[in-house]
Amino acid sequence: MATMDSDDNNSSSSLHGGSVGANPPDRFGHLRRVLERVGPFSPEGYEATPDILKFIHSCKVLVVGAGGLGCELVKNLALMGFQNMHIIDMDTIDLSNLNRQFLFRIGDVGQSKAEVAAAFINKRVQSANVTAYYSRIEDHDEDFYSSFHIIVCGLDSIVARRWLNNMVFSLLRYDDDGAVEPDSVIPIVDGGTEGFKGNARVICPGQTPCIECNLDLFPPQINYPLCTLASKPRLPEHCIEYVRLIQWGEEKPFEVPIDGDDPAHINWIYEKAVERASLYGIQGVTYRLTQGVVKHIIPAVASTNAVIAAACATEVLKIASSCCTPMDNFMNFSDSDGIYTYTYKAERREDCMACSNVPKVLEFAGEVRLGEVIEFLQESPTFQMKHPAVIASVGGRSKTLYMAMMSATHSNLEQKMKDLGIADRGEIVVSDATTPAARTFILQYKEAGAGVINNGTAETKISNNNSS
Amino acid sequence: MFGLLPLSTMMGFKMMVSASPSPRSPEITEKTKKYDRQLRLWGDHGQSRLEKSHVCLINSSATGTEILKSLVLPGVGSFTIVDGYKVTQEDIGINFFLDQDSLGKSRAEYTTKLLLELNTDVNGEAIEEHPEMLLKQNPNFFNHFSVVIGCQLDEKTLVTISQVLWESQVPFVYVNCIGFLGWVRVQVNELAIIESHPDSTIQDLRLDVPFPELIAYMDALTINSREVAQKTPWLVLLFKAIQKFSTPSTGDSMDTTGCHPCHMKSQEKQEFKKYLKQYLCEVGLKDTDEEFDEVVKAANSALSPSMINSNVQALLDDPKSTKPEKTKFWVMCGALREFVANNGQLPVRGVLPDMMADSDRYINLQSVYREKASKDAEDILGRSQQLLKQAGLQGLTIVEEDVKLFCKECQNLRLIRGYPMYEEINSVPVEILQELAQNTEDSDQEMMYYLLLRGLLRFQGDYHTYPGLLDRDVEPDINRFKGTFTKLLNDWNATISAKEDCIHELCRYGACELPSVAAFIGGCAAQEVIKIITKQYVPLDNTFIYNAMQSTSSSFKMTRANS
Repeated sequence: MATMDSDDNNSSSSLHGGSVGANPPDRFGHLRRVLERVGPFSPEGYEATPDILKFIHSCKVLVVGAGGLGCELVKNLALMGFQNMHIIDMDTIDLSNLNRQFLFRIGDVGQSKAEVAAAFINKRVQSANVTAYYSRIEDHDEDFYSSFHIIVCGLDSIVARRWLNNMVFSLLRYDDDGAVEPDSVIPIVDGGTEGFKGNARVICPGQTPCIECNLDLFPPQINYPLCTLASKPRLPEHCIEYVRLIQWGEEKPFEVPIDGDDPAHINWIYEKAVERASLYGIQGVTYRLTQGVVKHIIPAVASTNAVIAAACATEVLKIASSCCTPMDNFMNFSDSDGIYTYTYKAERREDCMACSNVPKVLEFAGEVRLGEVIEFLQESPTFQMKHPAVIASVGGRSKTLYMAMMSATHSNLEQKMKDLGIADRGEIVVSDATTPAARTFILQYKEAGAGVINNGTAETKISNNNSS
Repeated sequence: MFGLLPLSTMMGFKMMVSASPSPRSPEITEKTKKYDRQLRLWGDHGQSRLEKSHVCLINSSATGTEILKSLVLPGVGSFTIVDGYKVTQEDIGINFFLDQDSLGKSRAEYTTKLLLELNTDVNGEAIEEHPEMLLKQNPNFFNHFSVVIGCQLDEKTLVTISQVLWESQVPFVYVNCIGFLGWVRVQVNELAIIESHPDSTIQDLRLDVPFPELIAYMDALTINSREVAQKTPWLVLLFKAIQKFSTPSTGDSMDTTGCHPCHMKSQEKQEFKKYLKQYLCEVGLKDTDEEFDEVVKAANSALSPSMINSNVQALLDDPKSTKPEKTKFWVMCGALREFVANNGQLPVRGVLPDMMADSDRYINLQSVYREKASKDAEDILGRSQQLLKQAGLQGLTIVEEDVKLFCKECQNLRLIRGYPMYEEINSVPVEILQELAQNTEDSDQEMMYYLLLRGLLRFQGDYHTYPGLLDRDVEPDINRFKGTFTKLLNDWNATISAKEDCIHELCRYGACELPSVAAFIGGCAAQEVIKIITKQYVPLDNTFIYNAMQSTSSSFKMTRANS
């Protein structure tokens, strides 16, 4: 990892850049007209002084993701006077990024996205000072995240969003009355795009819903039943998935797991899928489709990224300057038929695991087994965990009941929770890739029936496509 | 058509062929790799149109370069920047395609140079000249562009450019960003969209008007056991249930009023669904089978009448369909019109949704629809060529590929007929004024801002400056701008009055361009240009106002007033 390098860059460049007095006089002229003049719609008490721009220069902003949205975000924010910007991304540049990630050139392919993006902005925009982190978000701790004033996300991964959301909530401090201490709050501005659709949202811990509150907004991943793939394929996708999930493992063409970026792998899958499709008379297996299915490719275009990142950057400016009331709190965008936006106030989820600060009670049949509890945590739309590890706290001592890496715990899956020492209203602690902090659950048993009972909490369903 | 081979035989066959030489793979070029993510949206044919296009940007402001950025990255063929201004320090502060070295140099040349760095496939040229001067030298200068984009235009130049482009039928996209406000206006004379890519399409199943081949196929199928029913697509089961339901001789207790289930009201439909469930049990399915659920669920959307939507009907009724003009689109519409007159229906699309079923039963059913779609397309092709001959349009050729796409998309055809901006600027915005007079609430803020942006153009025309450019001018300019706007409202005989606080807000902006607002509008406008060039997805018709203060927006259509 090149984190060391970027740290060095940071210390050296901060010696040169970032000093407020160095700006040529007219550089921020446009911006200063909205910052240094009070308007009829300015929030009450807004003091339009040059100090606002000075604060923007020093405001410490973390841009998470240096992809389509991230490139746009650092550009917009740098032009709007943010001079203490940090950008983090674990990815390297791929050729297919170049149709929208405009800070990268052919010669940059293979290099760190964060580092190339930061270097480009620092070169192009005078007095910009972007620090790059070529690393995973999980590589940084509470001290790192708590040092930022605002976090902006341009991510394609839901798991990473949830992790970050939960990190920010874990940084909250509460006073004696249980109210959030304002200086522990870090607002998150989050953007997402898919094709010609996108959304931007503002998350202000304690006031707005958080990522976990409306997890159901994210479209579910398409999974085809295995029996369809194996014995009754009808679509070209079925043929491709069959080769990916079954034939690859059986025939072991390269003796390694599938690498979606290796053209030889995609080619093998494509050819086998064509063979299978012709066997069943199915039309439409193409190389492009094969690649799309294998890599779960989401279509992307420069314009949508520009629009959504711009909406996010405007919100960052509002939060940092108070020159305008930030959006409350969610905007959908689509320009496949005309240009359409829909802004609304998404509701908090009263019993949200991340932001309600209330331990969650799960209700199960008395005979429930550990495996069923884990399955529930994975499949419930509320939790959607990946690989939960379960720890029991019995009589003040903790004991690992299940962890994928510990094969000794695997036999517990068949055990009843009762027999594992979890009494009615007993507690389990669950950790998962979706959250940096472990979650505590209280298990409550129902007498009759089997399986999971009524854990479907009041869901406020908001369709992802409420455009009309 | 594929025979009903037992599946085991097919699987055995698979084992045999797996060792055979593998088929050749298509060639994957650097270009298709680079553009992969967008090719999934507009396809190779859309990309090819984009690569053949030449766009012109008038004035490379922050918004202007943002638009070109989102055109250069996806690979527009070439661009020309017409801009007579020199780079100022304020320009550098907001425009990413300028840097400190560009101060005092030609803005056209510098932005062209930095934009070209984005994509080596793209050509660009800079013309350091104001557009009105260019027009004086060469009135046809703009005629050869695919699209012209205009930023930072004063009212007079806007009117001139709009008229020139309207008369030469070159699409025009106008943008204006000021403070937290943005304005996008699309001006096209006429734009036909075959591939509108709707988010959801109504299934074309013809349950209420089955074609003979479909009836024959269905009649040949017998469903006599649970096992068979489980392997049968829901469409077949639904078809057979409807057939039985609608045939009075079956002796069923159901009262068939002669109304086809596709045309029933929701209450009657419930009755039919009861019958459907009964039928499914009769053929052997259990109500706990997932196949049972699938039929019942699918019936909800499948039981809708086959009809021609209003967009398509309007095309068929258009005089240009009756007497096709010399474009492929209108000739095919003319053919479609004849087809509908003869058959009462649009051509079959030939696209089925996935259904739980075994492979051969599904594929065979799909083939019935596909073959009918081919046949219908052939019919349209014949009629199109006939029309070409009759009208003496020999220079135009329509081939199978054109017709196949046209037929597949004929439900989703869209036509945009434009309204020129020069007329808009010179007329009373009647509908906006009416709308605002009726609603005093904030709900129509964007419409009020539209009027104020018009007022701003007028102010600039009168005073050759913008209100609030300097701090000390804000207060006096509020009154001056209010004067201009009130006069404009009077000229329009408007019953509404100028909104004091909105006027103040516009003067506060002092014609500033905020980078993030420029980027938002830039992204939107660029996509409109791409839609016009690729003739895919549906362009804005025709006005969009963005309000970044509230993070809201409105789209509306400016039209010729009827008075």
